Amino acid sequence: MMENIVFLILRRMRQPLLTLLVVYAIAILGLTLIPGRDDNGEVWHMGIFHAFYFVSYMATTIGFGEIPYAFTDTQRLWVSLSMYASVMAWIYAFGTILSLVQDRTFQDAIAEYKFARRIRRFREPFHLICGYGETGTALVKSLTQRGQHAVVIDIDEARTSVIQLQDLRESVPALHGDASITRHLQEAGLQHPACAGIVALTDDNEVNLKISINAKLLNPSLKVICRADSHDVEKNMASFGTDHIVDPFDTFAAHLAVAFQAPCLYLLQRWLTGREGSPLTEPVYPPQDKPWIVCGYGRFGKAVCRRLEGEGIKVTVVEMRPDLTGRPEEDFVAGRGTEADTLMEAGIEQAAGLVAGTDNDANNLSIVMTARELNPKLFVVVRQNQHGNSDIINAVEADMTMHPSALIADKIRVLLATPMLYEFISLALYQDDSWACELASRVSALVRDEVPHIREWAVDEVQSAVLQEYLHQGGHFTISDLMRNPWQRDRTLKAIVLLIHRRNDRLLLPDPDTPIKVGDRLLICGNRTAFTRMLWTVSHRHTLDYIKTGYDAPQSWVWRKLAARQSRRRRQ
Amino acid sequence: MNPEKVVFGFFIVLALTLNFGFFVGEIENPDHHHVYELFAVVVVNLIATVLKFGDRSQMGALLLATSLVAILQLIAAALVWTFAEHVYSVGLTPVVTASIVSLSGGAMLANVISVVLLIIETVMLRR
Repeated sequence: MMENIVFLILRRMRQPLLTLLVVYAIAILGLTLIPGRDDNGEVWHMGIFHAFYFVSYMATTIGFGEIPYAFTDTQRLWVSLSMYASVMAWIYAFGTILSLVQDRTFQDAIAEYKFARRIRRFREPFHLICGYGETGTALVKSLTQRGQHAVVIDIDEARTSVIQLQDLRESVPALHGDASITRHLQEAGLQHPACAGIVALTDDNEVNLKISINAKLLNPSLKVICRADSHDVEKNMASFGTDHIVDPFDTFAAHLAVAFQAPCLYLLQRWLTGREGSPLTEPVYPPQDKPWIVCGYGRFGKAVCRRLEGEGIKVTVVEMRPDLTGRPEEDFVAGRGTEADTLMEAGIEQAAGLVAGTDNDANNLSIVMTARELNPKLFVVVRQNQHGNSDIINAVEADMTMHPSALIADKIRVLLATPMLYEFISLALYQDDSWACELASRVSALVRDEVPHIREWAVDEVQSAVLQEYLHQGGHFTISDLMRNPWQRDRTLKAIVLLIHRRNDRLLLPDPDTPIKVGDRLLICGNRTAFTRMLWTVSHRHTLDYIKTGYDAPQSWVWRKLAARQSRRRRQ
Repeated sequence: MNPEKVVFGFFIVLALTLNFGFFVGEIENPDHHHVYELFAVVVVNLIATVLKFGDRSQMGALLLATSLVAILQLIAAALVWTFAEHVYSVGLTPVVTASIVSLSGGAMLANVISVVLLIIETVMLRR
């Protein structure tokens, strides 16, 4: 990288340096050749040393002084010519340096070099985010809010420079460059020992594929998460072991299926994976008794139709360009869906649900509004394409909103920050919906009306040294102990242990009596205060003893002595 | 034909020939070694060095290195001359002349290496 910069400078300075050299040489040579007169009027020739000295100060300062004797007119004529020539040569040289400094390639090379150096010096774990569009922005924001580090590459310079202006909690180094170029990925820390994961979020499937190949070849241990919009690319990515492939349309369709089968689980899933600080959402009950209408038969429409049909629901598709998207065998209406007659033809009056899933937000809104006029009781699912349209999309108050960028950002955030949560949800899918309903009511009791905080927490030296030591000494510590309030042990904290990860065992919603062991990983959900108090319990020996015994033992030497005396006296 | 190669070849060979011109003669006799020849050698060598700036090939790096060695020796020779003539005013005694000429002889060796490298490059890459 540094070589590049030196190379650029040398390359560009070659011409001006040559000019300077030639001008100096000619001026010096001329001065030594032209005869002068000394004080006595004798002919003398200036030596090369004196000529070099004279030309050096003449060319740079035009400070005068004729040495060692006053010049003859011929010498003065020569000096005048040399003066202009040398000044021009210097201006040329400076001009070249200045234009070099302002040069885009040069500046890019400098910026790239600085970026790479900064990444090399990183010591804390970080995630490499390729693509800083809507999804990338949302992801980086939520990662930095949790105090995690991120590094960004984007091909659009406007996006990478906007990072400096955003009010992020951690500083996020950003490289303006093409993430499909291996060198850029390496500069951004692909092979850095502290790199914890790479997320490919560019809007180009091919680029995402290339990033994931690069990552798997150059750093196989790295966690690779990719966005993919087509099943072909997904299969390709999966073929060489990409850890997670996120397809917004399939993900949403899967959510929809969960909402049909287990509304409480769907609600729980949304609460637990929601962004901290956002409000709790209401449960939704999508109707299954009557047919549905799906407008737009693109990737989204197809994914939704597959799921709806899987639930045994009759679906009518409305699509304007079946020549591009293909069409289902039966129950198909050609048209945009924004006009009443196409919707009537699709049977809107008897339908239970409507999916406005075209790739145009204005059309989607228009579909929803027209359909509601015809059938006010419709269950409405709307797809939001542009982030800027949030306000108007929210204004139609759809029962479910599908926003690909937000969906992917949420999913990847959970994958990076609390991977155990995905494990929890996949285990919860095997439970009854009544189980989920009960848990949902417990969760809603923990937090007032905000999304609960979720933490993964391990019993190890880093996160809970005191508890680990206590357990090693043969201590017994249960989940109910962990849930005690370290200020008043009779009170319980507002938190629930959702999952314990113990070697090969997974304990889903463990009993309060379950003992905690060294090496356990716990997934806990609760409010913020509960987490700060829990930290006291596991990292402060005195608090731990109080939790276990209920006795607030004196800590200082004096009080310990006094307490010992008191207890002796009491015994006597 | 590559004009860049022509220009560089011209300067590197000129540096060698001028250096040779300065070098030949009795090593202690100042009359056999003219100051203008040394001046010309220095200037031509400087030009040859700058011409190799920013050449990224392995051969370019070696040529830059040999040119830098030659320049170093020639500047040393010029400094010796200047000190003898102007600073200590001892003039071109046989000792001084011998050291100036031997320094330029070293530079000539570097120039010879440059030319050999240039020939190797030309022979290897028949383009």
